[in-house]
Amino acid sequence: MATDVQVKDIAIDIRSVSKLFGDFVALDKVSLGIRDNEFFTLLGPSGCGKTTLLRTIAGFEDVSAGEIVLYGKDIASLPPNKRPVNTVFQQYALFPHMDVMQNVKFGLLRQGVDEVEATKRVSEVLELVQLNQFANRLPSQMSGGQQQRVALARALAPKPKVLLLDEPLSALDLKLRQAVRLELQQIQNETGITFVFVTHDQEEALTMSDRIAVINDGQVQQVGTAEEIYEAPKNKFVADFIGETNLIDVKVKSVSGGKASCILPGGAAINCSAADGAKAGDGHLSIRPERVALVSPTKGTFVGTVTRQIYLGTDMHVDVQLDDSETVKVRVQNSKVAKIPEIGTKAGLNFDSDAARLLVD
Amino acid sequence: MAGAITNNSKSNSGIYAGSAHVLMLPSWLIIGFFLLIPVLLMLVYSFLTKEFRGGVIWEFSLDAYDQFFFYRGLFGDEPPVFEWTYVGIFWRSIWQAGAATIFCLIIGFPTAWFIAMRRGANKSVWLFLITIPYWVNLLIRTISMKFLIRDNGPLNEWLLWMGAINEPIHMINTNFAVQLGLFYSYLPFMVLPIYASVERYNFALSEAAADLYASHWETLRLIILPAVKPGIIAGCILVFVPSLGAFLAPDLLGGAKTFMIGSLIEEQFKGNAGNWPFGAAASMILLSMVLAMLTYYARQQSKEVS
Ligand SMILES: Nc1ncnc2c1ncn2[C@@H]1O[C@H](COP(=O)(O)OP(=O)(O)OP(=O)(O)O)[C@@H](O)[C@H]1O
Ligand SMILES: [Mg+2]
Repeated sequence: MATDVQVKDIAIDIRSVSKLFGDFVALDKVSLGIRDNEFFTLLGPSGCGKTTLLRTIAGFEDVSAGEIVLYGKDIASLPPNKRPVNTVFQQYALFPHMDVMQNVKFGLLRQGVDEVEATKRVSEVLELVQLNQFANRLPSQMSGGQQQRVALARALAPKPKVLLLDEPLSALDLKLRQAVRLELQQIQNETGITFVFVTHDQEEALTMSDRIAVINDGQVQQVGTAEEIYEAPKNKFVADFIGETNLIDVKVKSVSGGKASCILPGGAAINCSAADGAKAGDGHLSIRPERVALVSPTKGTFVGTVTRQIYLGTDMHVDVQLDDSETVKVRVQNSKVAKIPEIGTKAGLNFDSDAARLLVD
Repeated sequence: MAGAITNNSKSNSGIYAGSAHVLMLPSWLIIGFFLLIPVLLMLVYSFLTKEFRGGVIWEFSLDAYDQFFFYRGLFGDEPPVFEWTYVGIFWRSIWQAGAATIFCLIIGFPTAWFIAMRRGANKSVWLFLITIPYWVNLLIRTISMKFLIRDNGPLNEWLLWMGAINEPIHMINTNFAVQLGLFYSYLPFMVLPIYASVERYNFALSEAAADLYASHWETLRLIILPAVKPGIIAGCILVFVPSLGAFLAPDLLGGAKTFMIGSLIEEQFKGNAGNWPFGAAASMILLSMVLAMLTYYARQQSKEVS
């Protein structure tokens, strides 16, 4: 995975790290090269091992096998307080008996920064997260969003090389989450700290990250930019997990040079792009709903019956059941609402060959 | 936290106040009957004149308090001199109770921590083990302790047999024995409240502290101790206050040199030799001391909250 990255650019090199809880494999030979100054996101469903991976980087969990190298130094055996890495905890974990100032100052004082210097640095970071006027509040006297920013300030204050964030936005409502997202990105730009951000929210991952690692069952499924992962998913899991997609069973005739030719269930042949490692035989094709066009039945490559329409505000979601009983999800913009056929009527479907992608199972 | 709770109950009081008072009535009656009346009785007795074979004569007198602080000669006709005997006993009692509290804390805190770290059912087993001695009467337990640490008791025999000592260590009738007795009597009162607060402790805070470069020691001192402080203080009060008034352990395990307030008071009410008003006065002085201490603590707490 990390082979395409120059070694000197790598902030955290995770080398076949495995973590077992008893017999249970929480992390299975995870290898990741997280680059310097990068906003790197770990994305995956609940229980896939995101938190566990973050905790091994922070030092709260020992690795069962493998190495974690931070800027060229193996840190797997260092205790958490010796690692130049700070964490923003999912539940904030602010010290309840200390006010905001003392919370943020805590790490600085432990590092031996003197009181005057530390106080100066605290007001800097509080400025950054716009909490200057709250310096003397206790955590219990603040809203969830404010506490989240205190947690962020506290982790930023000691100027860590790497900041680990474990679903820091999950406790916030939608509006606040969007605001804090922007704030986070801005802070990352300003400070140049490498962010490792955990989320199970794909929208969050797609909008914020430089690169994303999609994880499932303790294994890295794919690493890439938001666009790469969305447009060129490697396997069925990634295609299905990120955004919506139509997965169609196909017979693969041949694969070569990133292209494949397949037979659709109806018997029609199609040329499409293919993920690395796709093989001839039975396979799955992914077609994003927004890449499918609704046309009149006579003009469509496929014809089916409209079974469902869901109004989504800017978009309209339409289910079209093909004659051979597969249902295709289509997403059209609402400006074209007038042309959407009624439920129960026939509709034709078209898509470009580059909209379809053959996946690794 | 405490502030938030108070606010809550205040805002609820409109609805619940009426029924709450009714429900509290039995408790108030019991407290009034069994706590306030005896204390008032003691207060009254302490200002009465002593009857020579125990009991009181209903005649106002300050003699009891006077006797506590001053010496007026064998026949009570000399000018008053400050009398150290009883004040000294009080001082020694405070010292003994304080030491017992510290020992209970030193052993009780790790014990409570250990139990809180166990999983599910194990926890209940450990808590059960801690409370088992309480199924036996304190008097019997204290007497057993006396047998255990006698010069030719099992502990000395065992140490001799092990070759750790050449002659028995004299433990009975020493401060050490009294400490041991108090420690053994009141240890669970230290363990249980600390356990309760450690149970509530959020261990993510320890991780956060370690993440912010705190050593184990700094985490304990700066994060854990402040978080479990209410439990520690409750435990200290629960050990200190009864230790201060204890008479079984000092009577049975200590000698004349380890005489404590509890024994002093007990003696005044025992048999025919006693002096009820003096016993009552000593009790009132002890009670005022404890109340002053608790009030001071409560003041500090409310200061911290606001
Ligand atoms: N201390 C532990 N002992 C045993 N199993 C554990 C332990 N910690 C985590 N696990 C298991 O490891 C798996 C991964 O857990 P982890 O907390 O990393 O998931 P996650 O990806 O962060 O999920 P979520 O999005 O729900 O937070 C889960 O199946 C979990 O049950
Ligand atoms: Mg998690």
